[in-house]
Amino acid sequence: MSLLTVSSPHAHGPKSTTWVMRQVVLATLPGLLALTYFFGFGTFVNVIFAVICALGFETICLKLRQRPIAFYLNDYSAIVTAVLLGLAIPPYAPWWVVFIGMAFAIFIAKHLYGGMGYNPFNPAMVAYVVLLISVPVQMTQWAKPLTIDGNFIGPVEAFLNNFGFSQSLDGYTAATPLDEMKQNSSLMLEQLYLEGESFGGLLAGIGWEWVNIGFLIGGIYLLYRRIFTWHAPLSLLIALSVCAMIGYDGGSSNSGGSPLFHLFSGATMFGAFFIATDPVTSAVSNRGRVVYGACIGILVYIIRVEGAFPDAMAFSVLLMNFAAPFVDHYTQPRTYGHKAKSLNPSKGDQ
Amino acid sequence: MSIIATDAQVELAYNANLPGRETYTIHGGIHPAENKSQSVQTPIEQAPIPAILTFPLSQHIGAPAKPIVAVGDTVLKGQKIAEAQGFVSVPIHSSSSGTVVAIENRAIAHASGFDAPCIVVETDGKDKWIEHQGVDNFTTLEKSDLINRIREAGIAGMGGAGFPAAVKLNTRDDQVIESLIINGTECEPFITADDILMRERAEEIIQGTLILNYIIQPTVETVIGVEDNKAEGIAALRKAAIGTGIEIVSFPTKYPSGGEKQLIQIITGKEVPSGGLPSQVGVVCQNLGSTVAIYKAIAHGEPLISRITTVTGNAVERQQNFEVLLGSPMSTLLDACSYNPRKASRLIMGGPMMGFALPSTELPIVKTTNCLLAPTPEELAPPTPAQACIRCGMCAEACPVNLLPQQMYWFSRSKNHDSLMDHNLMDCIECGACSFSCPSNIPLVQYYRASKADIRKADAEAKKAEYSMERYEARIERLERAEAEKEAKRKERQEKAAAAAKAKEAAAKAAEASASTNPSTTPVNTDDPVAAAIARAKAKADGGAVDPIQEAKDKLAGLEKRLSKAQAKLQTAIDTNDENVEAFKISVEKLQEKITTAKAAIPAEPNASTVADDPVAAAIARAKAKAEGKTDPVADAKAAIESLNKRITKAEAKLVTAKETNDENLELFASSLEKLQNKLNDAEQIVAKHSPNSSDKEAPILVADDPVAAAIARAKAKAEGNSDPAEEAQAKLDSLNKRIGKAEEKLATAREINDENVEIFASSLNKLKVKQEEAQQALNALSPKTETVPKEAEPVDPNDPAAIAIAKAKAKMASQADLSPKAKLEKDIASLEKRIGSTQTKLTEAQESSADTVDILASSLKKLEVKLSDARQALHEL
Repeated sequence: MSLLTVSSPHAHGPKSTTWVMRQVVLATLPGLLALTYFFGFGTFVNVIFAVICALGFETICLKLRQRPIAFYLNDYSAIVTAVLLGLAIPPYAPWWVVFIGMAFAIFIAKHLYGGMGYNPFNPAMVAYVVLLISVPVQMTQWAKPLTIDGNFIGPVEAFLNNFGFSQSLDGYTAATPLDEMKQNSSLMLEQLYLEGESFGGLLAGIGWEWVNIGFLIGGIYLLYRRIFTWHAPLSLLIALSVCAMIGYDGGSSNSGGSPLFHLFSGATMFGAFFIATDPVTSAVSNRGRVVYGACIGILVYIIRVEGAFPDAMAFSVLLMNFAAPFVDHYTQPRTYGHKAKSLNPSKGDQ
Repeated sequence: MSIIATDAQVELAYNANLPGRETYTIHGGIHPAENKSQSVQTPIEQAPIPAILTFPLSQHIGAPAKPIVAVGDTVLKGQKIAEAQGFVSVPIHSSSSGTVVAIENRAIAHASGFDAPCIVVETDGKDKWIEHQGVDNFTTLEKSDLINRIREAGIAGMGGAGFPAAVKLNTRDDQVIESLIINGTECEPFITADDILMRERAEEIIQGTLILNYIIQPTVETVIGVEDNKAEGIAALRKAAIGTGIEIVSFPTKYPSGGEKQLIQIITGKEVPSGGLPSQVGVVCQNLGSTVAIYKAIAHGEPLISRITTVTGNAVERQQNFEVLLGSPMSTLLDACSYNPRKASRLIMGGPMMGFALPSTELPIVKTTNCLLAPTPEELAPPTPAQACIRCGMCAEACPVNLLPQQMYWFSRSKNHDSLMDHNLMDCIECGACSFSCPSNIPLVQYYRASKADIRKADAEAKKAEYSMERYEARIERLERAEAEKEAKRKERQEKAAAAAKAKEAAAKAAEASASTNPSTTPVNTDDPVAAAIARAKAKADGGAVDPIQEAKDKLAGLEKRLSKAQAKLQTAIDTNDENVEAFKISVEKLQEKITTAKAAIPAEPNASTVADDPVAAAIARAKAKAEGKTDPVADAKAAIESLNKRITKAEAKLVTAKETNDENLELFASSLEKLQNKLNDAEQIVAKHSPNSSDKEAPILVADDPVAAAIARAKAKAEGNSDPAEEAQAKLDSLNKRIGKAEEKLATAREINDENVEIFASSLNKLKVKQEEAQQALNALSPKTETVPKEAEPVDPNDPAAIAIAKAKAKMASQADLSPKAKLEKDIASLEKRIGSTQTKLTEAQESSADTVDILASSLKKLEVKLSDARQALHEL
């Protein structure tokens, strides 16, 4: 009997890419629950539909690229992309928004660049930005939080609405706290908190603070599972807080919002733990990830306060995706037995 | 065996029973399932003596050992059968008694899969030891003696790498070793060879450590480092170490803490510089198994012939440690443990992280075989297909040397060697932690191994190419230099020939004039002087016109003979270091000079001989000879200048060599050079004075019997006289140019070798340049005359019979020259044959005395032969 001769190491750890992706999907559940609780089943319907689209498009791509379909579908990467985009799209956006977004994410942002591991930009964020620019009306209409009018939207209602079978939910849109903050020009922040329709929660607006707490819980779970390191999310949150602290002048009408407001509104936690930690498109070394995360945090704050859009996670992440190789170049860790690398690029590869 | 604590040990802190000191942590690391308990349940068992022992000559890092036994020799247990070759090498000993049956290539456990040279011994079952003796008290031995014994015992690192133990102990005197670390980490899963040694032979480990401590004399500490998963072993060691000062340090279990560099970091916090050795940071590290082998070698005089090998994995029924004879086939152990090949997913030598998957069970156990692992697929699953890299960075988290494996993976795939080197690929210790932790199952280490091999290969090729390029360029340069030298010589010769020809022409013209007009030299009828001259020339031609050529040739031959003799003498003088070498050299040089002059004389012969039949020409020739006699002072001076120039160059060369070699005769040379230069100046002055005057003086001698001829002669003489200064100036300029060129060359070489005479050379060059300018000016002033005068002389008056005669004679001569190419060729052939003959004799002489000139002579002989064959062919065609 011939013996198997393979090179070392012969032992292998328990983790697999499939397991990693499943953990990520699992970790989005608290956030999804919060979204569903406050905004109804719209997001849930979107996520399910996005996953179905993703699997379909992925299958088409693999078939076209003559790759083993089951092997690659099994890595869950398409499902993760779908879940992330589904969570980011407004709950009651029509079905074709999700459809177009997923098509763009899978076909162009992922497979045109070579498939899993080769994409320089986060596919979900690429799709999100494409949609935001192409169909701004649908992409900026967020649902009213449940607690505002006490009308909970069930799964069937959400499905019928999203797939165009009924228009019953047309009036259910409302500005998000970030929108209100952006449009505020005369009110002191304390007043805004009291008078603003979406405000009134504990930290940063009805519902949104809980959504962020949900994603924070999921992120902490992933950290505990060692799916990623703390470097990128923590530096992102710290950078955002520091910027908010600098811009928060005690709450005048010109101020940019308190650190807590920024940390717990919009896509902050979702972006910090589920987008900035995307390993494929982020910086590779831990030091690099600190820089990468911090830059995203700063960009988020600048665009939120000074830019044209109320939220900025997708833009910031995409901008830093561009910069990741550059960050990598300057943040290579010191290898055992080596002196610290000088920052002089002429010493390295030019 | 008594425990002797040396001073160094007494100074060490005694804390054997303390819980352990603070250790440092390494970056990364992984925690694979340990699987160690199953093989330490039973004590070490002696493996049976196999029928055949196979000893690969290369069981260690470094040069393979060299066999010192022959097929058919009987060998005893512990007998050295192969000796170390070079510094980084160890000898090999037979592990049992028997007969050498083969020294040939056999399959060994190596990743290459190639067979390697082995000594094969058939055992006789007696297991008879060779005589050996240890020392009771190792402190009675010198350190170097101890190291030598360790080397002679064939001990190479038994942890897996197999680095010769003695080489590590040979630290440089200027290196202070602070820490001696015995590596009992054994961080690989499944392996328990060191663990069982600690449990059962702690005493021997401590003894071996004391020997190493005595050799190394560490200034700070002697430490045995053990992972904390070997509680029993640590306890045994601590018990045995009481009173010795040896510290047993335990630290958290983490793979790969047992790497030498990693252990040094854990114990001391120091990092071995990339590409460096532990001794550079004051650490010497030895394997625990090697330490026991060292103890046996010193205390019992036993070489390394056996080792502890763990046999484990669920595909064997008994999992335990064996003391096995080196060279035993692995099947000896596997059979003893009831190995079931059907259950095994693979068979591994070493551990699951860095072990080598064996292609067969019949390979020999070597010094580095610490484990035979026969795992079932449940224990070590077959590799699954790799998924895409998502750059999750889990590999970077696991890397013990803080590399970025995920980046290196991409660079490795794209064969981006520069980026790989920039990411310190060569610092990868191939521990496998990255591959272990990769969720996508990418065989990362395999990529790094391949890339390392690629880079080494590319480097080797680049070096080779560079070396070839250097050699090629050097060759081109050498050839160019040789060509330039040849060209310079050729030019020199041409110039000399041209100068000689000019001088001759001038002389001939002068002679022509005197021959046709001077009554004292040609006492014939004044009515028909030409006819008389012709008659006289005819008479002489009948006499011995050929003589001068023959004479010159004879002279040349004689000179050559003398030269070869002188050269032989010189050679022997040089060989025997005779003090007369210099004298011989000078005489050789003189002879060579003479030969050149003699040779220069010969080329003139063909003309002379062809002319010999022609009375007019003969007369002219004779006249030339006479004229030469008359123009003595100038010609003499010219000759003198030439020879002086030569002598000056030689003297200068001598002076330079004298300066280079700091000769005591330096001053002598310098003064002689000065004298020569003075003489040269004098001679040049003479030439300058006489050359215009001499022809002027000659002109009055011409008697105006034949007014026309006289006029012609006068005109010619005038022309010559007038042209002389210009020619002289030209010659002077030429020589100056030459000298400037030489001086410049000298200056350049002097600058290159940083000679102290640079300034002197520079100043002399300047002087020469000034002279050159003057000469140039003089020439410029003269040149208009030289242009106009010849016109007066050239036209031949048709009414002048003498002139007609001369013209006729010239025409005849020319026609004859045209008519007798055959004769010419025959002459050429004859001379070539002669030259070939002489060259051949020279060559044989040179070959006999094995002189340096053999090559030159051979090549010149070849050239001559080519010329001869060409000439013969030409003759044939005629």
